[in-house]
Amino acid sequence: MGGLEKKKYQRGSATNYITRNKARKKLQLSLPDFRRLCILKGIYPHEPKHKKKVNKGSTAARTFYLLKDIKFLLHEPIVNKFREYKIFVRKLRKAYGKSEWGTAERLKDNKPTYKLDHIVKERYPTFVDALRDLDDALSMCFLFSTFPRTGKCHVQTIQLCRRLAVEFLNYVIASRSLRKVFLSIKGIYYQAEVLGQPITWITPYAFAHDHPTDVDYRVMATFTEFYTTLLGFVNFRLYHSLNLHYPPKIDGQAEVELKPAEGKEYAMDSESYLEKLSALSASLARVVAPTQEDDVEMDEFPVEGETAEQMDARKKEQEALEKHKKLFEGLRFFLNREVPREPLAFIIRCFGGQVSWDKSLCIGATYDVRDPSITHQIVDRPQVEQQVVGRYYLQPQWVFDSVNAKLCLPVADYFPGVLLPPHLSPFVTEQEGDYIPPEKLKLLAMQRGEDPGEESEEEEEEEEEEDDNDKEEEEEEEDESEKEEEMKLKKMEEQKTQSNKVTAGKVRLEDKQRLEQEQQSEEKRLAIMMMKKREKYLYKKIMFGKKRKIREANKLAAKRKAHDTAMKEEKKKTKKARRA
Amino acid sequence: MEQPLELESDDDLTDSEESVYSGLEDSGSDSTNSSAGEEEEDEEEREEPGNGGAPEVKGAPRKSKALGADPPPKDSEGLSVPDEYEEDSSDEEDIRNTVGNIPMEWYQDFPHIGYDLEGKRIYKPIRNKDELDKFLEKMENPDYWRTVQDKMTGADIKLTDEQVDLVHRLQKGQFGDVHFNPYEPAIDFFTHEVMIHPVTNRPADKRSFIPSLIEKEKVSKLVHAIKMGWIKPRKPKEDTPTYYDLWAHEDPNSILGRHKMHVPAPKMKLPGHEESYNPPPEYLLSEEEKLAWEQQEPAERRLNFVPQQYRCLRAVPAYPRFIHERFERCLDLYLCPRQRKMRVNVDPEDLIPKLPKPRDLQPFPTTQALVYRGHSSLVRCLSVSPSGQWLASGSDDGTVRFWEVCTARCMKTLPVGGVVKSIAWNPNPTVCLVAICVEQSVLLVNPCLGDKLLYGATDQVLESYVPPEEERVQPVQWVTATSEEHSRGIRLTVQHSKALKQVTWHGKGDYFATVVADNSNMQVLIHQTSKRWSQNPFRKSKGLVQCVLFHPIRPYFFVATQRYVRVYNLLKQELTKKLMANCKWVSSMAIHPAGDNVICGSYDSKLAWFDLDLSTRPYQLLRHHRKALRSVAFHKHYPLFASGSDDGTVIVCHGMVYNDLLQNPLLVPVKVLKGHALTLDLGVLDVIFHPTQPWVFSSGADGTVRLYT
Repeated sequence: MGGLEKKKYQRGSATNYITRNKARKKLQLSLPDFRRLCILKGIYPHEPKHKKKVNKGSTAARTFYLLKDIKFLLHEPIVNKFREYKIFVRKLRKAYGKSEWGTAERLKDNKPTYKLDHIVKERYPTFVDALRDLDDALSMCFLFSTFPRTGKCHVQTIQLCRRLAVEFLNYVIASRSLRKVFLSIKGIYYQAEVLGQPITWITPYAFAHDHPTDVDYRVMATFTEFYTTLLGFVNFRLYHSLNLHYPPKIDGQAEVELKPAEGKEYAMDSESYLEKLSALSASLARVVAPTQEDDVEMDEFPVEGETAEQMDARKKEQEALEKHKKLFEGLRFFLNREVPREPLAFIIRCFGGQVSWDKSLCIGATYDVRDPSITHQIVDRPQVEQQVVGRYYLQPQWVFDSVNAKLCLPVADYFPGVLLPPHLSPFVTEQEGDYIPPEKLKLLAMQRGEDPGEESEEEEEEEEEEDDNDKEEEEEEEDESEKEEEMKLKKMEEQKTQSNKVTAGKVRLEDKQRLEQEQQSEEKRLAIMMMKKREKYLYKKIMFGKKRKIREANKLAAKRKAHDTAMKEEKKKTKKARRA
Repeated sequence: MEQPLELESDDDLTDSEESVYSGLEDSGSDSTNSSAGEEEEDEEEREEPGNGGAPEVKGAPRKSKALGADPPPKDSEGLSVPDEYEEDSSDEEDIRNTVGNIPMEWYQDFPHIGYDLEGKRIYKPIRNKDELDKFLEKMENPDYWRTVQDKMTGADIKLTDEQVDLVHRLQKGQFGDVHFNPYEPAIDFFTHEVMIHPVTNRPADKRSFIPSLIEKEKVSKLVHAIKMGWIKPRKPKEDTPTYYDLWAHEDPNSILGRHKMHVPAPKMKLPGHEESYNPPPEYLLSEEEKLAWEQQEPAERRLNFVPQQYRCLRAVPAYPRFIHERFERCLDLYLCPRQRKMRVNVDPEDLIPKLPKPRDLQPFPTTQALVYRGHSSLVRCLSVSPSGQWLASGSDDGTVRFWEVCTARCMKTLPVGGVVKSIAWNPNPTVCLVAICVEQSVLLVNPCLGDKLLYGATDQVLESYVPPEEERVQPVQWVTATSEEHSRGIRLTVQHSKALKQVTWHGKGDYFATVVADNSNMQVLIHQTSKRWSQNPFRKSKGLVQCVLFHPIRPYFFVATQRYVRVYNLLKQELTKKLMANCKWVSSMAIHPAGDNVICGSYDSKLAWFDLDLSTRPYQLLRHHRKALRSVAFHKHYPLFASGSDDGTVIVCHGMVYNDLLQNPLLVPVKVLKGHALTLDLGVLDVIFHPTQPWVFSSGADGTVRLYT
């Protein structure tokens, strides 16, 4: 025994963590610089298991980082760049203070810059890793590309974001990898599948931003700085995987088409390049000329342990996917000026459709409104004057719903001025016990190949019949009530006569099933009583969650039912009013 | 034509301008007549002839312009000029008061207002106007509005029409002079046109022809620095980042170099139907839900937006919190500690322990068979005769009732005149005796039920008592019943000094123990019926005793205090075990007929099963009841035990004790018996098993006794 007394907090978890302030001091960085570094390097705090031990006995709220993380940051070359920048700012301030404009100019020319390439590589060792984390990068770039070119952040950043976003959209069109789209109240969600990774991003609706004051744009700008680097490299790789030029080039043939008539150009080719690209109407030039036999049959590699059924299922899935990719093939769309052009053009082109718009709306229109070959015209106004025969006038939701349903939906519900069917989220996959809205059920039936159109008609007919029936029923009810009274009287008489008699007792049928159920439930209850405390807690928690789920589903169903009945009654009323 | 004019005005020498200045002088001479002040002004001008030139130059451009436009008649000009002088000298006009340019409030409290040139006081004009006078003046004097007070002299001055006009113009922000045109075309002092002749005629310096030595030195230094590589050419600026194939040599097996614990950021939650711009109607919030949503804390809301429905895409507005949400996501990414949470993905059915089915553990009481009604208040205690034919119940209404078990008939009612706290039937089948706790005494009652020989024999045994020769000091008094009491069945009364809580018999039926509600060492007393004497087994109090029990076979004595159960060996007179009940307050206790297992019910709704061979801590704690346990009981033959609680239920459990010491007891709840109504928050007060049948009796606060079979 004996020996030196071990000091507290010198081993174990206390030595594995470091508080933020200590880390900052160790790195010799100011708080904003430390924040930048953490954002760029993807370092996040850790919650120690025993906070009090790590905090050396104090219970004050502190942010802890792993000591290893901070040691790892120590070797980062960017930290030196941060210091250089700090010195640069100091020198510049001095020069301005002394009114040495020449020195200031020279200093500005030699402003220290840094690159994030190595950080991207370090954070995402493989390309798939990078794809997995692309959601936030895309959302952020799309948001920044919609910012006005004044204030808030550098114009170059905004332009770069716009360029990268447009490039990515063009890639998605070229690879036809868009899968789902969703019009939410927050913005438009897109989901593409790139190399088997689902990538979801959201774009805001095209309105001017009301810039909030309680948002730190520096943090967002730092994130964007990293994301643009990441997205640039990802775009490069993606373009090369499709044998496309990067930076993208518009296909020669398409470029000729796009070129406005001589003398009407409003900008040089190099200047309107990004605009043309963002028109999304032209296909991109390939490094190697595409061979016509594009759809080579997939060789079948039977995987061991895979049954024929699974193979079949996989094949079917593949076929469905191919079909989905060619959803709008052969259709020619025209976008009216009131519909959001970019999202719709993007979606239609992603599924093989041709799209055009008014020439005055945007560069890149390929055909006119009067083109007789137009099959669908997307409008978003209550009614259309001067309708052209031979094309459908549809609301934009049709495009979105069709993409999500993986088939061209019947157009009748989407005519202009018609009350639209609900727009459902394609990201929800209902599990057993979840509430499924009736529209979704209808859609699932349609996907399975059943024709719900007749049903709905039948329903309507039924409804009408019901209306007729109702009246009859009312009459019947009156009759019935009379009948019932008679029956009652009869029964009473019978009872009176029977009361003195001794009749054979009836065998009371016991519901065996119910009895058994009751018994089982009681057994279960007794068994629950015998559970251990911890398990009982867990069990109760799980059951609570389940019950809440059921309750919510029931609530939704009840709401829907109430709504439907209200609608029906209203319909009836209007019908009656019309009849009268 | 303007250029030479200006030059000449500088010179002030040419004859052509003479006429203009002569005109000025004329006007000056004219003005001498007008006022004394101006005269002085003119005098000043004459004193400083050098300065006198300046105003002339100032005035020059305008004059020249006037000249340029058309030579106006001299008279009119002569008229306009003195006006100008009047304006100029206005601030030095009145020098009767010589105090200078000081705030006049300094003279506020004095009768004078300043001093004249001789140094005499200038007195303020006599003012004794009150408000009324002022008002009258205001009403009567048509020139009141243009009358102002001169601060220097204190006199009222009526403004002339010109002055009023001037004030108006100044108020409007116009120039004071009516004739001044502020929008005259500007005339550059130096012309913008390049002139062919230099302004000066000086020849160029020599140094402007010879190469500079200093510059040469500087250039040579720079050249040297470039040669030595000290100065590098400026790097071309890269505005656009260049991209390349970053993952050309990617290593698929490489993990994040940083650390193995890296947790990738979780993806954002994907939107559900309720976020759609045109959701199904059931997802829209009703009015109450909207209100509730608004009142919730933003962090507590399940949805961070209110679902809304728009008729068409055109009507959808911008989402005001879009930037906020992206920003919050950013904050989450770099500020949130990440942790891998193991989500328990268990089927809740798997958590339920697999127990033998109750059906296989029969017999046990399942249904309520009989209800014994008769008591008017809560029935506190029950006891069954060893034969199982009779049931005694004691109640708060001050009676003890004897029932026939099979028929639920009340055979006898014994009024005892007090609350019956406890009742115990003598377990010896050859004796027919019941011990009843009433207030401070234990009544030994012969109920005279059943076999006449039996209860006759009991009476004989009691009467055959011969008092010992020498009286021993006893903690209690043994009193034989009076004849009147005798006729009711009471045979003996053991009077204690304090109120009693419980009475319990030893298995042989000779000894019985009582518990007194007291906190002294006199809490527990052991009495012997045949010898009619009592003793106090403990020298020291170990806490408030809740209940006591005799071991059914061996000479052990169990004493339950609030938290512990102590087991004493009566022969050796020592403590053998101390059981820790792990509960706050023990309410009742029962011993397994084999004697190795004890159950304790507690007021914190726990039931502790002790296996005396295993440890002093409970083998199992059963939390079946929702409220405090009032009593527990073991069956004599069947492996059953029951517990009654304030929640109005009796739970019957199968408690199998194996002879094999290696096998732990098997405890399975088999039945929850309900029937007692809750009164005064009390449910079941006592539970007892039938000695031979798998039946259980329970007495409740609703004044009934129930039999479950």
